[in-house]
Amino acid sequence: MLHLTWLRVAVFTILLGATALAAAQANLEINTPAVAAIQKSMQDRHAQLLPLYSSGAVGLTRDGGVALRDANAVPLAQRAQVNALIAAESQDRAALYREIARANARPEWESDIRATFAQRWIDKAQPGWYYQNAGGAWVRK
Amino acid sequence: MRRRSTWISAAAAAAFALVGCVTINIYFPAAAAERAADRIIDEVWQLKPDAEKPRTEKPAAKQ
Repeated sequence: MLHLTWLRVAVFTILLGATALAAAQANLEINTPAVAAIQKSMQDRHAQLLPLYSSGAVGLTRDGGVALRDANAVPLAQRAQVNALIAAESQDRAALYREIARANARPEWESDIRATFAQRWIDKAQPGWYYQNAGGAWVRK
Repeated sequence: MRRRSTWISAAAAAAFALVGCVTINIYFPAAAAERAADRIIDEVWQLKPDAEKPRTEKPAAKQ
């Protein structure tokens, strides 16, 4: 009889562990005001970045950011503006990765989140856009 | 004898629970992170227009 009780306890413990694990794997929290604000800011900026991705002036970096790839693709008069765009986008992206890690109470996940995004930005990039490969070289998609 | 095996069972259950907790803390949920990234990237790059229409388009169809 006593053994049966312990068997129940063991089964219950296993089920509890499995449930907790499933919950942890289910989803990453991204529905926070901070994440939404950054996302909105990036969405608004995208209209200005889009022609720069297409022309190859700006490329996607291997660390989940953006960088000036070809300054010659930008008229001299617009270079300061493009640099400001890149700086603002880089700042937003860094903040996004940090905020998602924080929203999930796992600040140590920031670099993993950054790496995941880096890969997905590149996967979802349009043909013709430039990205950095693992070695840091620019590649045209 | 019976008492001893009871303790062994209890210890095994506790150890299992402990390992489970540690597992949750250590491993990065890669699949969940990928889904989260996809949702955000689709929004930022407006890759799924059905999900949320961009404000700049479709001024028609309003009554």
